[in-house]
Amino acid sequence: MAHENELNLKATELRLGLPGTDESEDMVSIAKNNKRASPESVEDSGSKANSAAKSGDHETSSASKAQIVGWPPVRSYRKNNLQSKKAESESGMYVKVSMDGAPYLRKVDLKVYNGYPELLMALENMFKLSIGEYSEREGYEGSEYAPAYEDKDGDLMLVGDVPWDMFMSSCKRLRIMRGSEAKGLGCAV
Amino acid sequence: MDPKLKKTKDSSSNSANSPDSTHSSFPFPDEVLERVLSLLHSHKDRSSVSLVCKDWYNAERWTRTKLFIGNCYSVSPEIVARRFPRIKSVTLKGKPRFSDFNLVPQYWGADVHSWLVMFAKVYPFLEELRLKRMTLSDESLKFLATSFPGFKALSLLSCDGFSTDGLKAIATHCKNLTELDIQENGIDDFGGGWLSSFSENCSSLEVLNFASLSSDVSFDALEKLVRRCKSLRILKVNKSISLDQLQQLLVHAPQLIELGTGSFQQELTPWQYEDLETAFSNCKNLQALSGLWEATSLHLPVLYAACASLTFLNLSYAALQSGELAKLVAHSPNLRRLWVLDTVGDKGLEAVGSSCPLLEELRVFPADPYELDLHHGVTEAGFLAVSHGCRKLHYVLYFCRQMTNAAVATIVLNCPDFTHFRLCIMNPGEPDYLTNEPMDEAFGAVVKTCTNLRRLAVSGLLTDLTFKYIGKYAKNLETLSVAFAGSSDRGMQCVLQGCPKLRKLEIRDSPFGNAALLSGVEKYETMRSLWMSACNVTMSACRLLAKDMPRLNVEVMRDEGSDDRQADKVYVYRSVAGPRRDAPPFVLSL
Repeated sequence: MAHENELNLKATELRLGLPGTDESEDMVSIAKNNKRASPESVEDSGSKANSAAKSGDHETSSASKAQIVGWPPVRSYRKNNLQSKKAESESGMYVKVSMDGAPYLRKVDLKVYNGYPELLMALENMFKLSIGEYSEREGYEGSEYAPAYEDKDGDLMLVGDVPWDMFMSSCKRLRIMRGSEAKGLGCAV
Repeated sequence: MDPKLKKTKDSSSNSANSPDSTHSSFPFPDEVLERVLSLLHSHKDRSSVSLVCKDWYNAERWTRTKLFIGNCYSVSPEIVARRFPRIKSVTLKGKPRFSDFNLVPQYWGADVHSWLVMFAKVYPFLEELRLKRMTLSDESLKFLATSFPGFKALSLLSCDGFSTDGLKAIATHCKNLTELDIQENGIDDFGGGWLSSFSENCSSLEVLNFASLSSDVSFDALEKLVRRCKSLRILKVNKSISLDQLQQLLVHAPQLIELGTGSFQQELTPWQYEDLETAFSNCKNLQALSGLWEATSLHLPVLYAACASLTFLNLSYAALQSGELAKLVAHSPNLRRLWVLDTVGDKGLEAVGSSCPLLEELRVFPADPYELDLHHGVTEAGFLAVSHGCRKLHYVLYFCRQMTNAAVATIVLNCPDFTHFRLCIMNPGEPDYLTNEPMDEAFGAVVKTCTNLRRLAVSGLLTDLTFKYIGKYAKNLETLSVAFAGSSDRGMQCVLQGCPKLRKLEIRDSPFGNAALLSGVEKYETMRSLWMSACNVTMSACRLLAKDMPRLNVEVMRDEGSDDRQADKVYVYRSVAGPRRDAPPFVLSL
């Protein structure tokens, strides 16, 4: 699946369908859906709709599921209302980013990133450093730097533990800590 | 002219002429028959009455004042005008239901204008117009506003083609307006100025619903309007109205029966909070509550006093968590209908099960239909919990991502009185997540147990067995919605052959082909309509159907780039008006 977007969160990821199932053989044959699927269709465990018609197709692009026209059957007004609600509350989510040792802080707009990988890459570019791979157990063990953030309660938290959306709504500011200082942040509770 | 026709079109009074019946055996004079029939309101009853004999047909048509047309293309304005001389209220429905989900291209039709032109000629005293899935322009609205001096009530649901300028015309010209109900339409919102177009003399409003419009309205104009309209019983404002503004409105309208709030998020001082609480507790007649955008646990408590009398709570635009919902329903023991977002989770639904024993209808909508967030929603557990506590449940619309056959079987055992069972497992072709089997047994249980079932929507991994069950047991079924289901033509055939009361069948993305389509040749005239899209039907079968059944309109729309032989979207409906004359080029009338 789309590992590169999920920061190896596979273990905690909410999956649809049984583990190990990729595409069942005796699927209901569904008539021509190819035209309907959006260009970024994805072979997801449990997703049988369009994949039935194109059995050999294993496009794995973004984390978004295949969006079939008119499915699920929710009226446009209702769909737009929920999505626009999100947009309203997140207009320009700029947070300060400090890096230990740097002379001045930067600001990033969390809204422009779709997930942790993009954010971390942006931080790496901004500060010319490397952050490394996240793991639930070790945090950013072995990297020179580790990204941390201050949440709504004022606590210093490691970036990557919670789902992206939750992170976005609770992150007040970011702090890039030196790897040596960050040891201890990566320990699971 | 038919000698049995006792009245001419010029006759204006019921009892002007003495009875002149040529049916000597018929004991009742016209006046009596008409008097009796004028007490009939159900259009189904009236249809039955009109079939008894010519006298009754005539008496019925002279006394009918409410017109209900479920498919605007099933009949023409001319035919209607000829038959019914005295219509005061019209309900018109247009596009197929799947147009709500973008399956019908724009400019498909169902334009109301030709109807309005006829109404202006034949029914100048028209008072009410209720449109669903129709297209109407601002010009049509202006025409409506200026052609009917006694016009009172306009209700628009899922319509498109107009803007707030059209509403302005209504507000300006309809001096006796009692109802303006604008719901979920494809409307161009050019601002809230239309509300200010109500004349200062307008005090007749009883229903005002502009909840689905986004622009700010003049609060001053709204407040004055609410103050003047003492008979206002339904008020649903939009998001632009804040909490403290709402409080001011409620102070003037404590008689409200239905309230749709504006935005429910605002920093309030303790006094404002208290005032709001008081305003709500003074609404002793409140039965329905909706709106509540952005409501949080901070402000929900102001509602508690009003919750005691509530029978309908629509929280489907408020992303509440389980705890918030639990507290709210704890104060609402009289709830009959509840609409929520799946953010409330199974825990929230458990609370519903324990707090609302009188619940009859539950709708759970998905807050995140495209799974853009890692959002859990509800599962079979929530539905089960509600079924345990709410034994009177008979209407459900449930969006979820997992379900089991066993759960559904238990649910219908707990609640055997379902009349409407609409289950949407959001992942197409999703099996029972515990057994990995198709969901056939679930829907089998539904149709076997719920003998009063009138509407069914199926989902999940389904074979022909589901449809065999439906054909065998669902003898009262009127509406069936199918998506990504079935294995062969046999499935659809079972339904067509087995469900005597079927009126509306809508199918998408299922492997039903020509044999299935043609097996219903005699059935379709007894139904309102059939929709099939992305199935296996070809043009030749559609042409055959059209040829064999002249009183059916068979319309095909083809997708771009698809094979010439494929009938991608098929819409079949009975009609006494013949093929559409206003079909756009992409609709092929066969």
